[in-house]
Amino acid sequence: MTTAIINVSLKAGVLDSQGKAVHHALDSLHFKGVSDVRVGKQIVLKLDTDDKTAAMAEVEKMCEEILANTVIEDYKIELI
Amino acid sequence: MKVTILQFPGTNCEYDTQHAFEKLGATTEIVWHKAESLPADTNLLVVAGGFSYGDYLRSGAIAKFSPVMKAVTEYANKGGKVLGICNGFQVLTEAGLLPGALKRNDGLHFISKHHTLKVENSDNIFLEKLNNGDIVNIPIAHHDGNYFIDQDGLKELYANNQVLLTYSDKDGSIKNPNGSVDSIAGVCNKNKNVFGLMPHPERAMESILGSDDGVKMLEGFLAS
Repeated sequence: MTTAIINVSLKAGVLDSQGKAVHHALDSLHFKGVSDVRVGKQIVLKLDTDDKTAAMAEVEKMCEEILANTVIEDYKIELI
Repeated sequence: MKVTILQFPGTNCEYDTQHAFEKLGATTEIVWHKAESLPADTNLLVVAGGFSYGDYLRSGAIAKFSPVMKAVTEYANKGGKVLGICNGFQVLTEAGLLPGALKRNDGLHFISKHHTLKVENSDNIFLEKLNNGDIVNIPIAHHDGNYFIDQDGLKELYANNQVLLTYSDKDGSIKNPNGSVDSIAGVCNKNKNVFGLMPHPERAMESILGSDDGVKMLEGFLAS
């Protein structure tokens, strides 16, 4: 069994309106010293394989084809 | 003139679209997303608005893998005319038939109201009944209507006259409701046979309901 944790977020340079709103909220709650906020989403997959190399290749393909829209989003994959 | 209208689980503008095109004299057929081919006599394919697959993952992201989309891509690549309205626009960008992507509105709110649009390029079948600079009043209803394309892509859009419509005020100055790059409301592909826009021309067919400016837009397809 392999677990893939995928974080999808808007690319650097693409305005993240949700991040901006959260930043504003943190600021109004007096949490100071936050210079930027980015909001993304996490997708967790349970995979049947133990082969991490094969799993990584497969999950990358999933990200490119559907899990992320690479026009506006980046993804990071962690396998455990 | 035969207009084929796609229906996914969650599509909710297919009957408005059907009504609009039938009012203009076209025959129509609504096709369920499980179909593997399109009616052979299709002259225009419309991907109607709504919330296909509940907008899960991203708007339009799951619809692009519906069985019918293979036929849609083939139809478009052969030069067939395709129009994506609202969620249909999102589906066409996700499917790679139109450039760019639609993000969450900058204000994070769902926006539902009439909005004036400026015609940027009418040298295409969709807007040929209008002139550059014309202002039309068309309803918008979206949460993810914030059009994004990178700078290189944007340059290419301008170079090929692919920017169709922008959000404006009634005098034609920029008025941007959702944060779209350059206030863009609608674009087409390079070959000018695939069109996408967030506003709903099919909801602007009767002046008694606020506007009939949609007639001039949709009529372009019937004339060609």
